[in-house]
Amino acid sequence: MDDRPIVWPEPGFSRVPYDVYKSAEIYDAERQRIFMGAVWNYLCLECELATPGDYRATFVGDVPVVVARDLDGSLGGFENRCAHRGALICPKEGGNGARISCVYHGWTYDLKGNLTAVPFQRGIAGKGGMPEDFRREQWKRRPLRVEVFAGLVFGTFAADAPPLATYLGPAIAQHITRVMRKPAKVIGYNSQILPNNWKMYICNVRDPYHASLLHLFFTTFRLNRLSAEGGILIDESGGHHVSYSKAATDRQNADYDAADLRAKNEGFRLADPSMIEGIDEFGDGITLQILSVFPCFVLQQIQNCLCTRQVVPRGKDETELLWTYFGFEDDDAAMTLHRVKQANLVGPGGYVSMEDGAVGSFVRRGITGSGEDREVLEMGGRDWRSQDTRATESPLRGFWKVYREHMSL
Amino acid sequence: MTDAELQFAVERLEARYAAAIDDDRLEDWPLFFTETCRYQIITRENYEKKLPVGIFFANSRGMLIDRVRSLREANIYEAQRYRHILSPTLVTRREAGAVEAQTNYQVIRTTQEGAMMLFSTGRYLDRIVIGGPEPLFAEKLVLCDSRRVDTLLAIPL
Repeated sequence: MDDRPIVWPEPGFSRVPYDVYKSAEIYDAERQRIFMGAVWNYLCLECELATPGDYRATFVGDVPVVVARDLDGSLGGFENRCAHRGALICPKEGGNGARISCVYHGWTYDLKGNLTAVPFQRGIAGKGGMPEDFRREQWKRRPLRVEVFAGLVFGTFAADAPPLATYLGPAIAQHITRVMRKPAKVIGYNSQILPNNWKMYICNVRDPYHASLLHLFFTTFRLNRLSAEGGILIDESGGHHVSYSKAATDRQNADYDAADLRAKNEGFRLADPSMIEGIDEFGDGITLQILSVFPCFVLQQIQNCLCTRQVVPRGKDETELLWTYFGFEDDDAAMTLHRVKQANLVGPGGYVSMEDGAVGSFVRRGITGSGEDREVLEMGGRDWRSQDTRATESPLRGFWKVYREHMSL
Repeated sequence: MTDAELQFAVERLEARYAAAIDDDRLEDWPLFFTETCRYQIITRENYEKKLPVGIFFANSRGMLIDRVRSLREANIYEAQRYRHILSPTLVTRREAGAVEAQTNYQVIRTTQEGAMMLFSTGRYLDRIVIGGPEPLFAEKLVLCDSRRVDTLLAIPL
């Protein structure tokens, strides 16, 4: 029985009942309490809405929305569901124009979601048409509040969500602006369907413990050993995190080697190391930064490979991971080639990310029949604060703290 | 080389290429390419938008060798095999020492536990050098019809 009431085991945030991944009731509640609640959801890059009239179809949780740059230059959004019969107003990936018409019966909306036209509203030759008291202004689409931070577009349905910059907090904001330091441009998209609940992927992103144990390509080339200088920053709420490291600071470490990792394979060398040759374009030596914003946004810098990852729930057992690869407007051909080559590290076929697709499936299958069993998250203690080691699971505990607050669990 | 001989040589290369992958002889896979080859798996969406990033990119045979070595020694994924179904090859251009050709492909993926799926369909856009002992790919663009990848893409297409 997957829909038994969730009873959260003690102590603190170091236990997670597996039912939270498996319950259809929980999945539905997450839509209302988290995604449509007082959070900021990542929608797209600002450079994807560069011109007045640009609009894009995207998602808040699994709810389809339209985000648009209106003719006056302001950004806004609304639910992508026609007021009439519920069809997608924008079934395409996006477009440009002053208005969007539903293809079904031609109900037409402006870029703020106001219903501006209903075909045959007055009928034909005095017959048919909408009732006299039909008022188009009553059928404005539910609006999204949209804000931009450093070229990243976020939206919320909640009137009581704090301003975006407040929501992010200073530490997260600083690590976002570190990457988003000049005008971005998209250099590719990928989509990956993960056979697991969205929280399994998010918790994987927030888990620095697994990085050098599961992803052996990286470890072998010493891009991300836990012994490299780095740390974990968690914001004041617990919901957002940054994990970063500096590859150049890595050195031999007895604790690490004693763990007898499969990763330690001194004989492994690349035939063509040009793929991992990069430039310290940020000037601070950080070669890897994974940043998450509650609930579903990830900003990734791995050397010169820059991505946003939007995590879209597709039912309780499926998740779509939308990868947007970007560079900067002033990249030259050599820099673009670095980014294209290093993109081999990530995405659906990435040397250091393909395992994330595999483990989600292993966990989903592993927790079948788990009853009242639970996860144990005690690496690095039982609290959820920042730590100067990556041998910790504190970002997961922070996630579950905020998750439980939103879900009243 | 007559047109018929050329058609045969090119189709034989495609067939041997697919058989090496499907038979799990991945170490043979880079040998179908020139030293300075270009190989990319990319979605049709990115290709048509002229976005340079795909799913995998190599501009040397060494990068293909590294892919295989990583799959064998570093990467962790559920055991799986491909079955390629190739269309007849259409030679689209012939010049001295090289041809351009396109071939449709379907790949069915079967995982260890037995789940089968139509994993990828699309087109190979190839530039093939001829004149050596065997024709070789100087360029192979794997253009995937779908923008989505199920779970992960480990083995080359």
